[in-house]
Amino acid sequence: MLYIYCPHCGEHREEEEFHPKGQAHIARPLDPDNCTDKEWGEYLYFRKNPRGLHHELWVHAAGCRKFFNMTRDTVTYEIKEVYKIGEQPSVVADS
Amino acid sequence: MSDNEVFAAVMNQLPDASIPGYSPLHHADLETLAKQGPQQGGVHLREHALLGHLVLRCNPENPEHLAGVERVLGVALPLEPLSSVTEGNVTVMWTSPDEWIVIVPGLEAFDYETKFRAEMSGHYSLVNVSGGQTLVEVSGANAVDMLKKSCPLDFNAKKFPVGKVAGTVFAKAGAVVRRTGEDRFELIIRRSFADYLWLWLQDASREYGLVIEA
Repeated sequence: MLYIYCPHCGEHREEEEFHPKGQAHIARPLDPDNCTDKEWGEYLYFRKNPRGLHHELWVHAAGCRKFFNMTRDTVTYEIKEVYKIGEQPSVVADS
Repeated sequence: MSDNEVFAAVMNQLPDASIPGYSPLHHADLETLAKQGPQQGGVHLREHALLGHLVLRCNPENPEHLAGVERVLGVALPLEPLSSVTEGNVTVMWTSPDEWIVIVPGLEAFDYETKFRAEMSGHYSLVNVSGGQTLVEVSGANAVDMLKKSCPLDFNAKKFPVGKVAGTVFAKAGAVVRRTGEDRFELIIRRSFADYLWLWLQDASREYGLVIEA
């Protein structure tokens, strides 16, 4: 079980109160009518599956029902950082 | 429409007196259980049926909203996460950074809705969800023990002081839990889960002895 800090409630809660919502920071093409099929397909369907640091979207489903971002190590399950929507991660992979 | 007239998109949900209101736990017949059931035990349970539950959403950074809410409710919105305030028969609970549950006497819900329409302006929302949930109070020496079995919150008095409110998973459903005293809690549960949670609460309280109050 992960013990997750909710940046809106301001305290740690058990994982069962949360739902993971996949990769964070997916930008919608600004002009969907004029983007290529490849761009649109990658926006809709293609996701990272990194070994190591991953930026994820989570929702505090049973609590405040707000979304937030989390940087997590997919190998160790260590949560590196939790930050609100609109903010940029301070912990990023080296590459 | 005159300036003073309120263009109210509100509807009084209460039917006239010829149609009785039934709480989500009506079928459990708590009144009879209170009379006939055990009078001593570690967990006491009482349903506060048919209260007015209003869900308020507004911008906590908008001073006009905050002032408007205070004019209507007579108490300032609790802006601190997981906090609540009670003033007279009105209780306001923080549920999210821009969302609060307001509990008022059941027959006054429509009055409050109307007042909100008069006092508030701009982008906000007030929804009467009285029919969708109910409030159950659990108390007694073993109330904390029972709650510990039911949800993952830390009920240590330092971590969960009186007045704190938290939405959480409760059994396999959800609940908003608020501490109103050292051994006293309020649960706001959804109508559709009420029967399941009523069965759960009976089972979880069995080892301590469950006393129904009415």
